[in-house]
Amino acid sequence: MSVTREEVAKIAQLARIKMGEGDLDHLVPEFNKILEWVEQLGEVDTSGVEPMTAVIEQKLRLRDDVVDADPKTGGGRRDDVLANAPVAEHGFYGVPKVIE
Amino acid sequence: MTDLTKLGIREIRDGVAGGDFTAREVAESFNSAVEAASSLNAFVVTTPEKALQAADAADAARAAGGELGAMAGVPIGMKDLFATKGVQTTAASHILEGFTPQYESTVSANLWAAGAGMLGKLNMDQFAMGSSNETSHFGAVKSPWRKAGSNQALTPGGSSGGSSAAIAARLCPAATGTDTGGSIRQPAAITGTVGIKPTYGRCSRWGVVAFASSLDQAGPMARSVEDCAIMLGAMAGFDAKDSTSLDAPVPDWFGGLNADLKGKKVGIPREYRMDGLDPEIDASWEQGKEWLRDAGAEIVDVSLPHTKYALPAYYIIAPAEASSNLARYDGVRYGLRDLPEGAGLQDMYAATRAAGFGDEVKRRIMLGTYVLSAGFYDAYYTQAMKVRTLVQRDFDAAFGECDVILAPTTPTPAFGLGELQADPLAMYMNDVFAVPASLAGLPAMSVPATLTEDGLPLGLQIVGRAMDEQGVLNAGLAIEQRAGFAAQPEKWW
Repeated sequence: MSVTREEVAKIAQLARIKMGEGDLDHLVPEFNKILEWVEQLGEVDTSGVEPMTAVIEQKLRLRDDVVDADPKTGGGRRDDVLANAPVAEHGFYGVPKVIE
Repeated sequence: MTDLTKLGIREIRDGVAGGDFTAREVAESFNSAVEAASSLNAFVVTTPEKALQAADAADAARAAGGELGAMAGVPIGMKDLFATKGVQTTAASHILEGFTPQYESTVSANLWAAGAGMLGKLNMDQFAMGSSNETSHFGAVKSPWRKAGSNQALTPGGSSGGSSAAIAARLCPAATGTDTGGSIRQPAAITGTVGIKPTYGRCSRWGVVAFASSLDQAGPMARSVEDCAIMLGAMAGFDAKDSTSLDAPVPDWFGGLNADLKGKKVGIPREYRMDGLDPEIDASWEQGKEWLRDAGAEIVDVSLPHTKYALPAYYIIAPAEASSNLARYDGVRYGLRDLPEGAGLQDMYAATRAAGFGDEVKRRIMLGTYVLSAGFYDAYYTQAMKVRTLVQRDFDAAFGECDVILAPTTPTPAFGLGELQADPLAMYMNDVFAVPASLAGLPAMSVPATLTEDGLPLGLQIVGRAMDEQGVLNAGLAIEQRAGFAAQPEKWW
C-alpha cells in the first residue's frame, strides 16, 4: 500500500508538524519506501498470537492515593514546573489566545 | 606518573582508595583530555567543575576514613538523554535547547551517590533516533578511529555515539548509554569499547528523555567487562517512580564475574547468518565460537525463526511509541516556542515542532502517527506487537537449549560520516543483529573482538536470558580474556 502526497500532508497535520511543499517532496517517497519494507510483516502468520503487552511480566503497582505521595513528583513544586516554560506569568503557563 | 586517562573504573577507584593518586588528579587529567578533544564533538556541554567537586568529595571521604562508594573518584560522561539538575539536557535536539532540569534522573543520581563525577553531557543522535550520530542538532560526533592510511571521518555509531567516541579516545573511563534498538551495543562494537544493555526494567527510566518506552533501557559503556559490571551495579535498582522498574535485588555482578564456562551452552542462531554477511564479520564470529569453546562452553546450533521480521516490527513499534511520547513538545511547558506573528495555539504547535525537530525525528513521528491512525492500527501496530510476541517466543525456545547466544553486534565496521545519510533503510540495517534482543527485553552486550584489515574494531554480541546479566557478563569476560583487544585509535584530534 502506498500513501499519496495528500495523505502525508494529512499525517503531518495530525502530528502537528508544519510541512512545506519542499518537505513533502522528500518525505513522500521516503515514507513509501519505509512502509513497503515494514509491510513484509503481513507474511507472518499471527493467528492465535496475542500482541505483547509487557516485555517482562510484572504487576503494575499502585501508589497511595494521597497528595504529594512522592516529594519529587508530587504537588507544591509550581516554580520548578514553570522554570523552563517559554512564557510563564502569574504562576501559569502563557499561551496565545485560544478563545475569541 | 602514569597517564591517569589510560585507567578504567576499577583501577581508578582502587587507586584512589589506596592513595596511589587523588581523585582530584584523576578529574583534572580527564578534564584536560576533554578540553583538548573538542574536534571530536563528543560533548554538548562540559562540566569540569562537577567532576572536580565529586573528586574532592571522594578525597575528603577517604581522608576522613569514611566508606567509599563503588565509583568513588571516577569521572564519567553522561549521555545527554539523562536529566541532570541545573545542567542543560537536550537529547541533542533543538526543541530542548536551553532546557535546564529542576531534578536529577534516577540513574545519574545513583551514580553520583556511588561517588562518580560528571565530566559533561555527551552528544548523541537526536532523541536517540539514529545509528551514526548524524541526527544530532549539534553536529555529528567524529570517531577517534580512522581506517589505516585514511583521513575520512567515520561514525562512532549511535545513538550513544558521544559516549563511545569519548571512551575510545580516553576522554572518560566510562559513560552512560541508552539502548532502544542497539544504541549501546552498535556504537560500542564499532569503537572497540564494551557496553551492556541490561534486562528491560533494571535501570530506572525516570528522568531519561523518552523515545520508545517499552524498549528504552539505560546501561554502562566502558573499556572492560569488569568496569561495565561495576558501573551497571551502581546504575541499576528498583525505582517506584518508573512503573516498569523491576522490583528485584541487584546482584553483585562484579563479585560474580567468572570466565570459566564449563557446563555452559552457547547458542549460534542460524538465521543470523544472512546472505552477503561481511566475511570479516563472519570470521570474527567463528573466532568467537573458538574462544568460548576454549573457555569450556559447548557450542550448539539454535534457531530464531522470526529474526527477519524483528527489524520491520521495531520500525513500527518504536516510531508509534515515539509519536506518542514526543507529543509533549508543544512549545508550552518547556523548550523551544515558535510563535509566528498573529498565530493561534495550533499554528504555534506546528511551527514549534517543525523548527525544533530534526528530519529523522519528524520521519519517525510521522510514521508512528500513521501506523496508529484509525483504519491502520491493526494492520501495522497490532501485527507488529504480535510479531514481537513471536520474537520473544523464539528466544524462550532457544534458551531451552542454550545459556547464552553469540552473534555479531553489527553487520559492518564503522562507515564514513555522510555515507548512509541519504538512505534511511540502509541506516536502519545497522541494528539488524541488535534489535531482536531489544524487542524481547533481554540483557545483551558487545565486547571488542578484533580489528579489520583496515584497522577498524569489530564487536561480538552476547544475549542472555531475562535477568541473567551475570551469564552475559561472564561470557563477555571469556571473550575479552582471549581476544586480548588492546588496540587504540592513534591520536589525531
